[in-house]
Amino acid sequence: MEKIFTRPEVLYDLPTHYCPGCGHGIAHRLIAEVVDELGIREKVIGIAPVGCAVVAYDYWNFDCSEAAHGRALAVATAIKRVHPQNIVFTYQGDGDLAAIGTNETIHAANRGENLTVIFINNAVYGMTGGQMAPTTLLGQKTSTSIEGREKEKHGYPLKISEMLALLPGVCFIQRVSIHNPQEVLKTKQAIKQAFGNQINNLGFSLVEILSPCPTYWGRSPKESLDWIRDVMQKEFPLGRIK
Amino acid sequence: MLKKKILISGNEAIAEGAIQAGCSFYAGYPITPQNELIAYMAKHMPKTNGVFIQAESELAAISMVYGASAAGARSMTSSSSPGISLKQEGISYIAGAQLPAVIVNIMRGGPGLGNIAPAQSDYFQATRGGGHGDYHLIVLAPGSVQEAYDLTQTSFDLADKYRIPVEILGDGILGQMMEPIELSSAKIKAVTAKPWALCGCVERKPNIVKSFFLREGALEEANLRLQKQYEMIKKKEALFEGLFLDDAKVVIVAYGTMARIAKSVINQLRSSGEKIGLIRPITLWPFPEAAFKFGNKKRKYLVVEMSYGQMFEDVKLVVNGRQEIEFLGRSGGGVPSEKEIINRIKKI
Repeated sequence: MEKIFTRPEVLYDLPTHYCPGCGHGIAHRLIAEVVDELGIREKVIGIAPVGCAVVAYDYWNFDCSEAAHGRALAVATAIKRVHPQNIVFTYQGDGDLAAIGTNETIHAANRGENLTVIFINNAVYGMTGGQMAPTTLLGQKTSTSIEGREKEKHGYPLKISEMLALLPGVCFIQRVSIHNPQEVLKTKQAIKQAFGNQINNLGFSLVEILSPCPTYWGRSPKESLDWIRDVMQKEFPLGRIK
Repeated sequence: MLKKKILISGNEAIAEGAIQAGCSFYAGYPITPQNELIAYMAKHMPKTNGVFIQAESELAAISMVYGASAAGARSMTSSSSPGISLKQEGISYIAGAQLPAVIVNIMRGGPGLGNIAPAQSDYFQATRGGGHGDYHLIVLAPGSVQEAYDLTQTSFDLADKYRIPVEILGDGILGQMMEPIELSSAKIKAVTAKPWALCGCVERKPNIVKSFFLREGALEEANLRLQKQYEMIKKKEALFEGLFLDDAKVVIVAYGTMARIAKSVINQLRSSGEKIGLIRPITLWPFPEAAFKFGNKKRKYLVVEMSYGQMFEDVKLVVNGRQEIEFLGRSGGGVPSEKEIINRIKKI
């Protein structure tokens, strides 16, 4: 009998360290499927973030580097400039990409670096225990916005993808979600396009993935997916931004 | 036939030395008094197909160097004191991930924004690691423009040999001063293969560059590996210049620009028969302990620095009470003059 669905070759056969219902496992797998389908395992260099996905390289069977918190796109810029023939991507959370690394993010995008960015937006700092992130929604309770995020005290959820879309160096930005199978498939297509753009030397491509964090949202895995569908995507609308 | 010499500033000599050493990646951010260096790299790196990036910040510049080194390139960044403080994050990661890299610090006055006058007040930061964690950089302190050119080439070799960040510690005078130097006639160095570097896993297992060791005991093991390297570096790589160490009653200890002023003092005093000598550490880390093994109990040391006594502490540690040590230092733009040093020696 023909096997029509199997584990991607570049994804190690390991249980992940992520919490039940976390989105990182799905995102890791989608990247692995795309790397397999594009046949680029021997060319790919991934940059793992600081955050819950800090050991992403434990799951992928290709070259990877760690970067300091927020510096992934500076590290990626240099690796790509040294090896233009390789396919270099960063995997970053919202705190990494849109708070401590905002400068690196904006300038790598503005230089039009030929890179692929996988941006996991789960509206919270996971690794450190559920603090308010730049993307935390108004009213969302976290350990550092105890009464819920208030615009007067904390400002607004940062829409970094829309900001980056203004830059002429940016080629492609799409916001996707993994809250149901249909959206997971769209997410995979967006990731594939973002890698394909780099292969075709088109420039800076970013895929923002709305991803559940049941542990620090205080919701069950199912409720978390529903929350993305019913609440989070209203603040962060899905679709092609650029 | 006389070898061809060119007139060049210390900053430019470091840049040219880096290119000669096969540096193929440079990222920097403007700051005085090292701007000639970044400008030289912008102009000359493309000629050797090297990558030049003016980064958005010092944090980004050092992280770019981290990335380029991880990718196997010989890479360098340069700055001056406040900028070097910003780079400490990346330097700690480079040390932790055991990556080679060259960092140039053309020191200016501090603390804070300080001023743009020459200083030697980043000695502690350079020789004690500077960022978080138990680590060291090899620190080289050139005393002339020629030596800045030569030691820059040495620094890339040392960085690759030990997979360690190397800092070239100069000051604003050395960076700005122009002197004739002899350029190497050798071809630009080809960089040796780095089997640990990231370039895509073709016919090998994936390479992972990281400084994160979560498993119990793993970080301690990684630290012990570093410590073992440091012990080897201490044994093999310490460098100094000694003058009149056989008969000197007073030995001036000074590095970089300060050692040039000290040499002029020594010439003057020896011509009038006074037995003065010099120890000029060339590596500040490892500190050249062997230089202090000469002389009897009556020998006295005078440490002279453009700081309020940073290298002074290393001299005290090495001499360990066997001989007397005096100190003369100025900082914040003040440079001890020949006259001040001579007056101080006369009081010893």
